[in-house]
Amino acid sequence: MSAIPAKDLRTAAGSNAPSGALPSSVGRTATGGRLDRSRPVRFTFDGKAYTGFAGDTLASALLANGVHLVGRSFKYHRPRGILGAGAEEPNALVTVSRDTARTTSNLSATRVELYEGLVATSQNRWPSLENDLGRVNDVLGRFFPAGFYYKTFMWPQKAWKAFYEPIIRRAAGLGESPTLPDPDRYAQRYAHCDVLVVGAGPAGIAAALAAADRGLRVMLCDESAEFGGSLLGDPAASIDGRAAVDWVAQSTAELAAKGVTLLPRTTAFGYFPHNFIGLQERLTDHESAPAPNQPRERLWQVRAGEVILAAGAIERPLVFPGNDRPGIMLAGAAQTYLNRYGVKIGSRVVVVTASDSAYQTALELKAAGVTVAAIADVRRTPAGTLVDAARRAGLTVIDAATVLGTGGDLRVDRITLGQSSSGSVRTLETIPCDAVLMSGGFTPSVHLFSQSRGKLIWNDDLKAFVPGESAENVRSAGACRGVFGLAEALSDGAAAGAAAGPSVGPAGSTAAAPAPRQFTVDAPTRSVEGYLGALPVADAPSKEKAFVDWQNDVTTKDLALATREGFISIEHVKRYTTTGMATDQGKTSNLNAMAIVAQKLDVPLPRVGHTTFRMPYTPVSFGAFAGTSRGDLFDPVRTTPTHEWAAARGAVFENVGFWKRARYFPRAGEDMHAAVARECRAVREGCGIFDASTLGKIEVVGADAAEFMNRLYVNSWTGLAVGRSRYGILCRDDGFIYDDGVVARLAPDRFHVTTTTGGAPRVLALMEDYRQTEWPDLKVWLTSTTEQWAVIAVQGPKARKVLEPLVEGIDLSAAAMPHMSIAHGRICAVPMVLFRVSFTGELGFEVNVPADYGAAVWEAIHAAGQAHGMVEYGTESMHVLRAEKGYIIVGQDTDGTVTPDDAGLAWAIGKSKPDFIGKRSLERASMKAPNRKQLVGLRTRNGQVLEEGAQVAAKPGQAPPMELIGHVTSSYHSAVLGYPIALALVAGGRQKLGQTLYVPMPDGDVEVEVTAPVFYDPSGARING
Amino acid sequence: MLVIDCPFCGKRPEIEFTYGGQAHLTRAAQPAQVDDQAWTDFLYMRTNTKGVYAERWRHSHGCGRFFNAVRDTTTDHFLAFYKAGETQPERTP
Repeated sequence: MSAIPAKDLRTAAGSNAPSGALPSSVGRTATGGRLDRSRPVRFTFDGKAYTGFAGDTLASALLANGVHLVGRSFKYHRPRGILGAGAEEPNALVTVSRDTARTTSNLSATRVELYEGLVATSQNRWPSLENDLGRVNDVLGRFFPAGFYYKTFMWPQKAWKAFYEPIIRRAAGLGESPTLPDPDRYAQRYAHCDVLVVGAGPAGIAAALAAADRGLRVMLCDESAEFGGSLLGDPAASIDGRAAVDWVAQSTAELAAKGVTLLPRTTAFGYFPHNFIGLQERLTDHESAPAPNQPRERLWQVRAGEVILAAGAIERPLVFPGNDRPGIMLAGAAQTYLNRYGVKIGSRVVVVTASDSAYQTALELKAAGVTVAAIADVRRTPAGTLVDAARRAGLTVIDAATVLGTGGDLRVDRITLGQSSSGSVRTLETIPCDAVLMSGGFTPSVHLFSQSRGKLIWNDDLKAFVPGESAENVRSAGACRGVFGLAEALSDGAAAGAAAGPSVGPAGSTAAAPAPRQFTVDAPTRSVEGYLGALPVADAPSKEKAFVDWQNDVTTKDLALATREGFISIEHVKRYTTTGMATDQGKTSNLNAMAIVAQKLDVPLPRVGHTTFRMPYTPVSFGAFAGTSRGDLFDPVRTTPTHEWAAARGAVFENVGFWKRARYFPRAGEDMHAAVARECRAVREGCGIFDASTLGKIEVVGADAAEFMNRLYVNSWTGLAVGRSRYGILCRDDGFIYDDGVVARLAPDRFHVTTTTGGAPRVLALMEDYRQTEWPDLKVWLTSTTEQWAVIAVQGPKARKVLEPLVEGIDLSAAAMPHMSIAHGRICAVPMVLFRVSFTGELGFEVNVPADYGAAVWEAIHAAGQAHGMVEYGTESMHVLRAEKGYIIVGQDTDGTVTPDDAGLAWAIGKSKPDFIGKRSLERASMKAPNRKQLVGLRTRNGQVLEEGAQVAAKPGQAPPMELIGHVTSSYHSAVLGYPIALALVAGGRQKLGQTLYVPMPDGDVEVEVTAPVFYDPSGARING
Repeated sequence: MLVIDCPFCGKRPEIEFTYGGQAHLTRAAQPAQVDDQAWTDFLYMRTNTKGVYAERWRHSHGCGRFFNAVRDTTTDHFLAFYKAGETQPERTP
């Protein structure tokens, strides 16, 4: 606490405050509040033990214990207290931990419900909250203006990573994330309803009642633990002759009886198109020992026929020098703490207000025994029921007031008031106090309405943006559309509920529309007034900062600087100064910031406009969005028929799309390179077995199947005989390779098209697109058969010997079954389509059997192959074997800018066809340019394996920016050849065969020789063996 | 998430569908007759309308059919759904 006495210690008239030192806190009221005082709750804050009651929030319990200092501000590390009592809170961010994995930072203490054993810690301070070294930033504040990061740390560039960034990150962090995986469960649920009511204050409850009266399916959610909204902090109000809180309880029971889905602790955080609303329901965060299997949160995705927003309003702080000291709070929050939580916010308070509502707070505090030293009203002539009542109660009311400064170290201990008259400000007095309550009026909560793309319109009477034209089926009721006053809010809610949703009830409900509900209300009437922007300051203004945005430490000076530097769009001002950003999203600050910018730019506030309201309204756990989609359930997993066999053999798998594919089969002591070298040699010298089941398979069937294939693929299909296959290339209409694969003709009207593993869905989608929308007249049908077939590749010079004894009904000889032929028969008594096809360059077959037989046939072939040295091999060896032959992999050696000719595949194009997808584009001059990047082979002169993705240069020793002519697409060590091989796309590559090029790497150029892309068996003798 | 009224299956959530880009782009019957500029426009130029826009969707996790929709891109409200090959209906309020 400050030891500096206030210099001008004049006691306000009517006050009975003791002079001298003030008690630090007056804590809990003797009675009252919505607490269970029979249930004390123990908790710790920064390691110190405290006690609250069941029904407390962490904020109310701390205040009851006299703890006002709860955090340090983001930038200046100024001591900060609790400003609000709900979702608007910008300051009181804490970390709550159950254990090292269950640690959540940046929780607002005003929203953390107290439970037995709760452990909370403050943030953004070191070494302790009371003695924070970061506070030096406050003194150096003039060196940290808006845009400070952009201006100061410009160069040297290298210092960013090494110096500036680590320091800034350490200094600027807000809380720390746990490093362990989140052990909690999160549930997700979809729901539909006729009417979703957001907010269970008076307007929301009235709306839900009216909608439920009509037999509609209604959901009602509220972010608080208890329904009632503002009524929970307003004991003076009565509805229908009952205390308002009793009316809430009775209405809630009635809603439950009518089948309304009631969701307390549930925040509507996002409003998405077509009335799709995201709700975050918090299920266990308020419990001391949650059941182990209970989800922590539930994400509701609600499709509502109509949405009624009854989100209420948020009180605005006033902007004056030193307005951020602990003990300075929104007046409405102080009222909530008094009435809902039984907490007196101080023993001697000064109220600064621009609205009537703070008068009621002042009167209630006085009744609770708190000294109200003064009410400083910024209005010129405050008047009305509540003002009169305050004067009658002997409270000092100062009109045309302003605040010139406050004092106090870790809590406010004085306030200096001024009075403005005819454009100038004179100092009035400095009043000792331990709390300052402020009210700048209320800002309607239009967040969700604006998210729904509804137009906001400026209401000059209310000095607020209110909902205008709706874009969705949504209406607003009560304070969130500027209808203040209890009676008015109830009627407004009831009218909304009577009009919302379908005009008739559900089928079978024939009851006449019920008479609209009427409410009898007894509550004080208040004028709707407020203040926007900074309060008037003296001619020689205080050096103290006047905060606009508490959470981001944005001051009036920062906003003024931004406008001076030419930022006139409010969106740019926001990003430059960070006003309205971070966890509170400017709930208390946005309107004041806009008003200050408008004043600096000398334009009306509506011209400045508002920034975009974005979801989430309040932060939502990542876990709620992830739900059960984590770990093994993160993505679907597709496995082949031989997966278990491969796993039992110790295969190392890789992900290809959703597929798990065996990458290699290491034996004892082998790393990947050793395993791949062994697998490749086995295939070249004897035989190998490989699971190719993941290849996409599409059957193209119908009288026009050949015509369809002719139009689609670059190849000509008319001449393909039944029982033969061909390597097909599919382009898009831009002429670039989209997919490839072997296509077999099973019958005159039936093609079996194979695709790349990852490309199967998009190839089928592209085929369907042309079939349905361009050529609907063609008689052709497409069916994905990928998962119907297990495909077992048997490759190598001994492949025929292995298969011959197992196969029935097919002559496997080279004459009867040449390369690229297919035949129907049986293997191990299982029906089979046998493809003579090779992706290795060796004699090869692909055994296609129904997927359910895949594992058994695989094991039979594998067993039979052992006599011939058969080895199982994985995708890594497959890649090396195909690269030795210069076979491309679409997506690795092509990238969406590679034509068939670029890839050396122009031979596949059906030259006589009038059209195919991509043909017209391939006719463009640029697609035939000789200097296009072409597929070539590269051999390093020093025997080094190149890095895939490395660039290729024509000239050595270049300094950046280099002239680059290509890049490496595939690179492996070939055990069979005994040297590294690489494929590359190089500009004009085919004209450069034999030339030396250079691959620049961090430690110097690697010399490479350009070769043909086929490294192994260029004559193709082996494949025809 | 949008609600999309598939002409074959009825209203379904957007996650069942794949977006198909601008509707009513016609691939020339004889592309060889089309000059480079017109072909380039067909391949790459899209209107990117702010307002009423005819677009294609595919009910990829349903019936698999392509169809057309008219959507106001400023509000995401659909004004019409119709089958591929049909002409864009007159705008209805």
